[in-house]
Amino acid sequence: MTGADIFVRCLRDEGVDFVFGYPGGAVLHIYDALGQQDKLKHILVRHEQGATHAADGYARATGRPGVVLVTSGPGLTNAVTGIATAYMDSIPMVIFSGQVPTHLIGNDAFQEVDNVGITRPCVKHNFLVKDVKDLATTIKKAFYIATTGRPGPVLVDLPKDVTAQKTEYSYPKQVTMRSYNPTVKGHTGQIKKAVKLLLSAQRPMIYTGGGVILGNAAEPLTELTRALGYPITNTLMGLGGYPASDKQFLGMLGMHGTYEANMAMHGCDVLFAVGARFDDRVTGNIEKFCPTAKIIHIDIDPSSIAKNVKVDIPIVGCVDTVLREMLDLLKESKQKPGHDALKAWWHQINEWRGKDCLKYDDTSELIKPQYVIEKLYEVTKGDAFVTSDVGQHQMWAAQYYGFDKPRRWINSGGLGTMGFGLPAAMGVQFAYPDDIVACVTGEGSIQMCIQELSTCLQYKLPIKIINLNNRYLGMVRQWQEFFYEKRYSMSYMESLPDFVMLAESYGHVGMKIEQPADVEPALKEALKLKDRLVFMDFITDQKENVFPMIPAGAGLNEMILL
Amino acid sequence: MRRIISLLLENEAGALSRVAGLFSARGYNIESLTVAPTEDPSLSRMTIVTRGSEEIIEQITKQLNKLIDVVKLMDLTEGGHIEREMMLIKISTTDGNREDIKRLSDIFRGRVIDVTGSTYTVELTGAGDKLDAFIEAVGRAQILETVRSGVSGIARGEKSLNI
Ligand SMILES: Cc1ncc(C[n+]2csc(CCOP(=O)(O)OP(=O)(O)O)c2C)c(N)n1
Repeated sequence: MTGADIFVRCLRDEGVDFVFGYPGGAVLHIYDALGQQDKLKHILVRHEQGATHAADGYARATGRPGVVLVTSGPGLTNAVTGIATAYMDSIPMVIFSGQVPTHLIGNDAFQEVDNVGITRPCVKHNFLVKDVKDLATTIKKAFYIATTGRPGPVLVDLPKDVTAQKTEYSYPKQVTMRSYNPTVKGHTGQIKKAVKLLLSAQRPMIYTGGGVILGNAAEPLTELTRALGYPITNTLMGLGGYPASDKQFLGMLGMHGTYEANMAMHGCDVLFAVGARFDDRVTGNIEKFCPTAKIIHIDIDPSSIAKNVKVDIPIVGCVDTVLREMLDLLKESKQKPGHDALKAWWHQINEWRGKDCLKYDDTSELIKPQYVIEKLYEVTKGDAFVTSDVGQHQMWAAQYYGFDKPRRWINSGGLGTMGFGLPAAMGVQFAYPDDIVACVTGEGSIQMCIQELSTCLQYKLPIKIINLNNRYLGMVRQWQEFFYEKRYSMSYMESLPDFVMLAESYGHVGMKIEQPADVEPALKEALKLKDRLVFMDFITDQKENVFPMIPAGAGLNEMILL
Repeated sequence: MRRIISLLLENEAGALSRVAGLFSARGYNIESLTVAPTEDPSLSRMTIVTRGSEEIIEQITKQLNKLIDVVKLMDLTEGGHIEREMMLIKISTTDGNREDIKRLSDIFRGRVIDVTGSTYTVELTGAGDKLDAFIEAVGRAQILETVRSGVSGIARGEKSLNI
């Protein structure tokens, strides 16, 4: 078999159903092989960034690795933003890039770039295949590395001649690597200590991140949290890890977290961190972070532990298995959470809750962006997949759409990539053709990958785009208002397109909504159009800000409130 | 704190740049780095000398361990260890100083390995501070060229870094 045929067979044997890609010279053999079969579906995007975000969205929604195929040179460089996005959020992804033939590597050949070198800092690992005999094993290793331990993108660089060479096909069932053995089980002694400390807490707080979603640990987390009766908060990446509608849930924490979540973090005496990495957007000023807390931290990646804050009980392991072990210990334990102290702590938390920090002016004549998200939640019964771009709209979606299930909230948290939302929604919709997929975006972000509207038409993806159009790069404008004395430098979006006409010209349905009263009917109407993409352009209050907000350098207890 | 970190890594193209890239991307400093294949041709042994607070060193070792090409790692400075560095140094000589240079290199257990009418080339092995001391003793003005290998290290006793 040729390298190209081997490539296709490997992906099929790996159980891949979709490849998101874009052709070019260096991958023509592969495209020829792809075109002669129909089991492995290739999705033709309109820009390689779109391919990576689509594969990423697919991976976030399903837990299975996203697969990308791009050509050499500009094909790969266009994909780098998406690879880095996946890397920052630990998303399993395998990227195949074309490369010039092996004898031309290093020659500045046409469309040659050093793919392995360019991507090295933003992949978990990468490979250059120099011999077709290594192809199948390398592909197996790539999937193995991408999906185990702390997941991440892995790139496989394929010189054109390797895809033409022939060898016998055999795909290994499994691979082992002496240099790669991710830890799964946590240290039992540490787990026992952690349970003991948790049970002795007076003012406990549970803080969980994307690791709970990636590690499929929402179920044991929910069970454990309920058994303890402790308050819990999720990071932006961890939303859906614990049901938002539950009374123990305090909302998101961090820069735009709720008052109660941030105050409880600041005041707690035992902090239980699960699959979260103490990112600067979460901790605020690290010097002022959780001043009175003893910290327990579970993470699959030892380098995430004690990176930013000192930890008292570190546990390296799969969050799922560690949480289940803790749950068993808890059931056996005679010790119970301290009743009176916990009661007093909840009393304090409920007082903070009383501030109602997410309230906004709901008497306005203008459409408030928060209101649109609340209505979106209602009409989709809180059960849609919601992707977002980056900016104010992202924070409002995170704050006002209460996610009860994991893998429903899909956004670029680590890299903060504008342009992510629409292609990510495509990936989700491919995985779940019958579910509602909403992309919450802004008029700035949506224009960064707007070309994918064409892909959506080709594959009839009925995504619902919620454009919160404030005619500003809103998040930039907000910072300029607060921290640069309202000098709005380059944050106004001029010469915007007519989004309704734009959507229609791509063959979709466009709607423009300008009155608060029209918000709900428009959403309902859009959802009725089950097989059409609907672009809803909500003309929102231009100067609305995201609250609460922790300014740079401040502690979690120093929020700006409305 | 100065630390000597020893690594066994897959002897594969790109493994060195992964390590070097990690240090530059995360802003860790490298005082010296040496690498060469071992008796097992599939493995390279690397010795890195770095400086940093305890937290930084902890991060460095964790991040290195995370690299897929790193098979095993040991912080030599955590226990008894031997460190050696080799230096080749070309010194300009005159009738007046030739004797002195020879005597100095004997004192430092160096060897003169090449001679011309106006130069001596000396080979010297030892810990880094010994090489520094030799440079000082010769005097910078006389030195035409120095080549240092960077530090190699090994643990004392029965402890060894292998797979
Ligand atoms: C690719 C990229 N470029 C720049 C930024 C910086 N940035 C963060 S938010 C933002 C404004 C986003 O504007 P818009 O999409 O209209 O959303 P809004 O904040 O108005 O809701 C910008 C420019 C970014 N995150 N990503």
